[in-house]
This record gives sequence, C-alpha cells and structure tokens, in this order.
Amino acid sequence: MINPIENLNKIFDNRIRLGIMSALVVNESVNFNELKELLDITDGNLASHLKTLEESGTIKVDKGFIGRKTNTTYSITKMGEKAFKAHLSALEKMIKNMK
Amino acid sequence: MAEQNQSLADLQHIKKMMERSGRFISLSGLSGVAAGICALAGAWFAYQNIHSWGAGNCLLNDFSNEPCVIKLDVLLLIAGVTFAAAFISAFIFTYLRSKKNNVSLWGPGAMRLFWNTFIPLAAGSIFIFRMLQAGMFGLIAPGCLIFYGLALVNASKYTLGEIRYLGYCEIILGIINLWSIGYGLEFWAIGFGLLHITYGIAMWWKYERKTSDSM
Repeated sequence: MINPIENLNKIFDNRIRLGIMSALVVNESVNFNELKELLDITDGNLASHLKTLEESGTIKVDKGFIGRKTNTTYSITKMGEKAFKAHLSALEKMIKNMK
Repeated sequence: MAEQNQSLADLQHIKKMMERSGRFISLSGLSGVAAGICALAGAWFAYQNIHSWGAGNCLLNDFSNEPCVIKLDVLLLIAGVTFAAAFISAFIFTYLRSKKNNVSLWGPGAMRLFWNTFIPLAAGSIFIFRMLQAGMFGLIAPGCLIFYGLALVNASKYTLGEIRYLGYCEIILGIINLWSIGYGLEFWAIGFGLLHITYGIAMWWKYERKTSDSM
C-alpha cells in the first residue's frame, strides 16, 4: 500500500502557508495587505512565509505601484497549483483511511 | 488518528480561506449600527410628520387634496436624506476599518459586492417608484424590506456570509408587513433600524472586538 503521507507536501505543512495557497488558488492575484487581513497576522510573519513559498516556486511575486505606494501582488504558479492539488488529494486520502 | 484529524482540520481551514479570500471582508459592523440609527431617526421624523397630518385630517392614502400632496414631498425628502445619511455613515466606518487594516477599499472584492447589491436594489427602487405613482402606498414599506432583503442575500456571497441572515429577516418582515398594511412605518423602523443595529453589534462583537482591544 502506498503511504499517503508521502504525498503530503512539507511546504504546506503550516497553517499560514496553507491559507496563502488557498487564497491564491481561487483568486487570480492577491496583494500583501489583503493576505494580511485574511490571515490576521503580522507583516514579518506573513513576509517570511511568502518568501518560503516563493523560493519553493509555488507562488510568484509581482512588485508594482499604485501611485507612489508599492503594491506587491502574489499569484500561484502552474507548479504550485499542481502541488497544492496533490496535497489536497493526499489529505482527502488520509481522511478516507480513517473510516 | 491524530494525523487524520489534522488533515480534516487542514481541509476545513483551506475551505474557510478559499471562501473568505474572494470576499470583501472589511465591511464593519459599526456601519450596520450607524445605518440603523439613521433609519430610526428618519422613521421618527416621518412619524412626527404623519402624526401632524392625522391632526389635519389628512390620511396617508388620500392625496386628492393639495396640502397632502405637499406632505408626500416632505416624506420623500425625509426618505432621501435618511438614505444618504445611512449610506454615508455606513461608508465611513467601513472606510476606517479598511484604513486600519491597510487594505484598499475599492478592490475587485468591493466591486463584486457593489454590483451584486446594487442590481436587486435598483430593480426594487424602480418597482417601488412605480407603486408610488400608482398610489399603492401601503405596499411601499414591505416592498423596500423584501427587495432589500433579497439584495442582502445576494450580497452575502461576496462579503461576510452572516449578512444573509439579516437578509432573511428583512424578507420575512416584509412578507408579514404585506398582510399588516398601515403599519408600514413601524415595520420599516424595525427592519432598517433595529435589525441593522442588532446585526451590526453582532458582527462587531464577532470580528472586530479583539482587534480594537489590541489597539
């Protein structure tokens, strides 16, 4: 039997990263402040998790401006979407095994 | 077993985040309270006016004589001012909240919320305007309540989901009012005044109390 835990992605092994991915998978792009409001966390905390996700290649960052203010938006990559879906089905499998 | 419960909790978290992320969540509970207070004030002024008509033997559904028609204009003016005051004060509290959270107010989420509230409201306004022209004054308050309730139920997909319960209450109240013609102002005050205030306090308690304590 294949162990379903193998398919669980270590990168999503965190509530905040999971939350970021959930938001990005249903929205074309989300900016930093919107993510902050959604997850209710501090700037530094959010930034560090975004960095981890960016480095893993699951999300991409787009730095822009609205007037003079910086507007950093995040979106999911093709690879990120695939990895997140695989993670979801792994979670699903684990729950099915429970029964 | 613990891992499986963990997966279940993770999935629930994902679901919640997906649902919330596309929505406009800056809507402040205090906006509801402010709009409710404006509505109560408006209803009070309208009541004073209608009361003084009664003294002048001018019935609500009797617009054949000149002074009564002028009073209808006064009533419409009160309604207009009340709506403007409610809208502006509701806007201010939501603006302040989005400012505090450093989120832009006019994002795609707000846009979706605006259109999906505006369409049923606009259709309802036109309908009510025609009822007014046709002289069906008794149906105006229930009409307002029902269309507003439908607008809120529709809006609930694009903002904090709890607003749907406010919508249901408005619809039920409007329907009851259809069979209690003549108590329009009372129903109107309950629907737009008391229900808004109750909803606003509940939402503030649930979502904003913590963050303002920490300020």
